[in-house]
Amino acid sequence: MKTKLKRIAQATLATVALAGFGSAAHAQISGDVVKIGFLTDMSSVYADIDGPAGVEAIKMAIADMKGMAAGKKIEFIYADHQNKADIGASKAREWFDTQGVDLLVGGTNSGVNIALSKVAAEKHKPFISIGAGSARLTNEDCTPYTIHYAYDTVALARGTVNPMVKGGGKNWYFLTADYAFGASLQSDATAVIQQAGGKVLGSVKHPLNANDFSSFLLQAQSSGAQVLGLANAGGDTINSIKAANEFGITKSMKLAGLLMFINDVHSVGLNAAQGMFVTDSWYWNQSPEAREWSRRFFDKMKRMPSSLQAADYSAVTHYLQAVDKLKTDDGDKVMAAMKAAPVNDFYSKGTIRKEDGRFVHDMFLMQVKSPKDSAEPWDYYKLVSRIPGDEAFTKLADSKCPLVKK
Amino acid sequence: MTEVFGIPLPALLGQLLLGLVNGSFYAILSLGLAVIFGMLNIINFAHGAFYMMGALLAWMGMEYLGLSYWWMLVLAPLVVGLVGVVIERLLLRWLYQLDHLYGLLLTFGITLVVEGLFRSFYGASGQPYEVPSQLAGATNLGFMFLPNYRGWVVVASLVVCFGVWALIEKTRLGALLRAGTENPRLTQAFGVNVPLLVTLTYAGGVALAAFAGVLAAPILQVSPLMGSNLIIVVFAVVVIGGMGSIMGAIVSGLGLGVIEGLTKVFYPEASNTVVFVVMAIVLLVRPAGLFGKER
Amino acid sequence: MVKNPWLGYGAMFVLIALLPLFGAYPIFVMKVLCYALFACAFNLLIGFTGLLSFGHAAFLGAAGYACGYALKVWGLPTPLGLVFGALCAAGLGLVMGLLAIRRSGIYFAMITLALAQMVFFYFLQAPFTGGEDGLQAVPRGSFLGLALDDDLHLYYLVLAIFIGAFWLIYRTVHSPFGQVLLSIRENEARATSLGYDVSRFKLLAFVLSALLAGLAGATKTLVLGFATLSDAQWGTSGSVILMTLVGGMGTLTGPIVGALLVVLLENKIGDLGSWLAQVTGVQWFAGLGESVSLVTGLIFILCVLAFRRGIVGEFGALFARLRKR
Repeated sequence: MKTKLKRIAQATLATVALAGFGSAAHAQISGDVVKIGFLTDMSSVYADIDGPAGVEAIKMAIADMKGMAAGKKIEFIYADHQNKADIGASKAREWFDTQGVDLLVGGTNSGVNIALSKVAAEKHKPFISIGAGSARLTNEDCTPYTIHYAYDTVALARGTVNPMVKGGGKNWYFLTADYAFGASLQSDATAVIQQAGGKVLGSVKHPLNANDFSSFLLQAQSSGAQVLGLANAGGDTINSIKAANEFGITKSMKLAGLLMFINDVHSVGLNAAQGMFVTDSWYWNQSPEAREWSRRFFDKMKRMPSSLQAADYSAVTHYLQAVDKLKTDDGDKVMAAMKAAPVNDFYSKGTIRKEDGRFVHDMFLMQVKSPKDSAEPWDYYKLVSRIPGDEAFTKLADSKCPLVKK
Repeated sequence: MTEVFGIPLPALLGQLLLGLVNGSFYAILSLGLAVIFGMLNIINFAHGAFYMMGALLAWMGMEYLGLSYWWMLVLAPLVVGLVGVVIERLLLRWLYQLDHLYGLLLTFGITLVVEGLFRSFYGASGQPYEVPSQLAGATNLGFMFLPNYRGWVVVASLVVCFGVWALIEKTRLGALLRAGTENPRLTQAFGVNVPLLVTLTYAGGVALAAFAGVLAAPILQVSPLMGSNLIIVVFAVVVIGGMGSIMGAIVSGLGLGVIEGLTKVFYPEASNTVVFVVMAIVLLVRPAGLFGKER
Repeated sequence: MVKNPWLGYGAMFVLIALLPLFGAYPIFVMKVLCYALFACAFNLLIGFTGLLSFGHAAFLGAAGYACGYALKVWGLPTPLGLVFGALCAAGLGLVMGLLAIRRSGIYFAMITLALAQMVFFYFLQAPFTGGEDGLQAVPRGSFLGLALDDDLHLYYLVLAIFIGAFWLIYRTVHSPFGQVLLSIRENEARATSLGYDVSRFKLLAFVLSALLAGLAGATKTLVLGFATLSDAQWGTSGSVILMTLVGGMGTLTGPIVGALLVVLLENKIGDLGSWLAQVTGVQWFAGLGESVSLVTGLIFILCVLAFRRGIVGEFGALFARLRKR
C-alpha cells in the first residue's frame, strides 16, 4: 500500500509542480533530477569484467561531477539483469515509466542490450551500450537513441584474427557462445579470416555459462584445425582455456581469445595465457592519465579496472557534461549534443558517429606477457600495434543500419 | 584414420569415454534417488541441491579450512548426511501419509531454499576448484588425452555404486531395508526400528549425492546452480531404470551417459534431449521402467 | 455456499479496472493478470481434476513464441495472433496429453516434466525463437480500432480477456463435465466403474488447461513485447505450482491471489529490501533482492506442511467454521 500512497503523492506533486512552473517551459530537467539507470550482469559469467565494479566506476564519475549536473542532483540506480533479456527489458521499461530515468546504460550481454536499445528507442531516451559486443547494435538493430561506446565484434575480429592468420593459423574452428554476441563474433571473424586467405573448418555452439567444455573441445580437436577461435567471453573464456589445457588441446591447436579482458587473464594466469593476442579499447597502463585513474580505481576495488569499467566512467561523464552544457535532459537534444562533442579523456579520443551511434576510436592489439616479463601485479600486456578507429570499425558505406542513407 | 559412420574413430571413442564419465554421475545420483524412493516413496527433488552442497562444501573446506580433496570426499557426504537427517526428521516425516506429490513439492521447496541460500552468498557463477595433485595430468590414450582425474571419477563411481548395490542386496542391513520398504508394519512388528531405517536411508541417499558433488567439483564449476539442470536429467534416468530399482538406476545412468556421448558425435544439438526421448519411449513401451516392478 | 459468487467476482473486477486511476503501474498489473490466468488454467488440472503437471511452462512459452512470431513476422492482426498462440498451446497440449495420460500420479508429473524439457530445448535450438536473446520487439497492433500502444487501452483489453477466460473456467467447473472431473479427482476407479471414459475426460481437461495457459502466454507476450526462454523453463512450471498452492488449489479465486503474491514477491522484494534497509538501518535487508528463491522456497515448504488449502482455501474453511457457530 505504501507504493500506492507514494504514487498518489508523486502524482499530486507533479501536478502542482507543472501548474506552478509550467510557465518556465523551456530547458528543463525532467522530474528535477538527472537519473541514470545501469543494467548489467552482477552475479554470473560476466560479473567480473563489468558488474559491481562497473557500478563503482559510474559512482566515481558522478562524484567527480560533484553529484550535480545543470544545477540538479544526479541519482543513480542499478540492477542485475542476470543475462536474461526479459528481466532487463522489463526493468528498463519500468524505470522509464515509473522512475523517470533519463539515461539508460547497458553493461554486458549483447542479447539483453539489443532488447534494452529497443525499449529506450520506444521511450525516446538515450541508451549507451558499453559492455555488449555485438555489432548489430549499430547495424541491423540500430536506433537513433543508441550509442555503442567501447568496442564491437567487428573491431575484435579485425584485431585478433589478422596476426594469427599471418602467423600460420590458416584453418580455424570456432567454439561459440550460443547467443547474439557469439554469433556476431563468429560471423565477423569468419569474414576477416576469409579475407586474409584462411578457412573456417567448422564450429560448435555452447550454452552461455556452460559448465563443461570437454565434449566441445574434443569436437574441435577432431576437426584438425590449427586455431581454436573462442567466440565467447568472461567465465566461458576462462573455462574454455583451462579445459583446453587440461585436455592437451593446446599441444595441437593455438587458442585465439577473441574477446578477453584483463580479469580473464588474471583468472587464467599468465602461464596458460601467455602469447595470446588480445584486442581491447584500453589498458590501465597505456598512458599516465590511464595510470592515474586506474590507481584511484585500484584503491577502491583492490584490482585494476577492465576497459569496460573505464568506459563506464567515460561514457557517463560524457553524458553528464552534455546535460550540464545544455541545461536539459531532453532525450533528443542530449543525443545530438553527445554526438556533436568529441570525447577526449583518459579512456579514449574520438567522436560518436551521428548516423549510427558508433563511437569510433583507436583499438589496441596487445599480447599477453610471459610470467618472467611481468614486472608488477596486473602487468599483463605488451602493446603490439595500434589500430586506427576507421580501420577497426565498420565504415558507414558498409553499414547495415537502416538509418544510414546511402 | 579409421571412420565409423563417417566419424573418425578417435572422436567417437573420445566422446564415448566422456559420456562414460557423465554416466558415472548419473549413476550415483539416480542410485541415491532410487534408494530414497524405494524406501520413503518420496521423489527427492532436493537431490540436485545436496549434490551442489557436496561440491560447495568441498570448495569451502579447501578455501576456509585448507582441507584437501581427499578429506572432503569423506567429510562432505557426512555433513550432508547429517543435514539429511535433520530434514527428514523435521520436515519429511509429516508427509508419509499423504499423496506422493506433496513430497515432491516439499523437496522442491527445499531445493529453492538451499540454492537461494548459497546463491545469496556466492552469486550465480562458479568458483574454480583444483584437481587434487595426485590425480593431475593426463594420459595419452592415443585417440585422446584423458585427464587422469576423469578416469578416477569413473572408477570411484563404479566402486561406490556396486558397493551400495551389494549392501542392499547382499547384507542383512540391506535385507532389513528391503523388508521395511515392502511391508513396514510387519517389519516393525518384528522389532525392527523402521523409522530409524527410513531416516538412515534418506541420509544415506543424500550423502551419495554429496559424494557425487565432491567428485564433480574439479570438473565443473562449483556454483549454487549446478544441481538444477542436472536433477531433471537424473529424474529421467530413474524413470527409465525403474523408480525403485537399484540395478536399474546404475545401468541406466551409465548407459544414458554413453548414449548422450554418442549423440554428441552424430547430432550434437540433440544431446540435451536424447535422455527425455528415451524416457518417453520407455514409458510408452514399458511403463514401470526397464528394471522396475509395477507398484 | 455463497448465494451468487458473481457479486464478489464483479466487485473484484471493478476494483482491478479502477487500479490505474489509483496510480498502479499498468504493465505490472497486466503481468499479474497474465500469470493469474496461467495459474487458473493450471488449477483446472490440479485443483479440479487432480492431475499435477510439472510441464505447464511449455504451454506458456509455446503460445508466447507463436503469438510473438505471428505478430512480428507474419504481421497478423492482434486478435488473430492471440488466438493462434492459444491454439498452438492447445495443440501441444493434445500431443503431450496423449503421451502423459496413460500414466497417473507421480509418473504423470515426471512425463510432463520431461516433455516440457524437450519443448524447452527445441526452443533453445530453433532459429525463430532467437534462442537466448529471445523474440524481441513484438508489435502491439490494435484491437477493434483501438491502438494498443497506449498502455491504458491494452490494460482494458487484457482485463477483458481475463474476465472472459475466468468466466469460461467458472462455467466449465459448474457444468456436468466439471462434475465428472471432480469425481475423477476424488475417486478415479469409481468414476470408471460408473461408465465414464476417464482417459478422454482427463485429456479434454488437459487440452483445455493448455489452451487457457496458452492464452495467458500469448497475452503476456503482447503486453511485454517479447517472448523468451524463461517462459518455457521448468522454473516457471514450479512458479505456477507455487501460485496455485499458495492461493488455494481447487478454489476459483485462489490462483489469482497466489499469482498476485508470487509476482509481487519476485518483482518487489528487492524494493522491499532496500526500503527495509533504509528504515531500519540494517544493511542485510538490502541483499534481500538476491534471495527470491530463498523466500519462495520457504513459502513452498510452509504451505505444503501447514497450509495445504492455500490462502483462499483456509479463509473459506474459516468462514465455514464461523458460520456453523
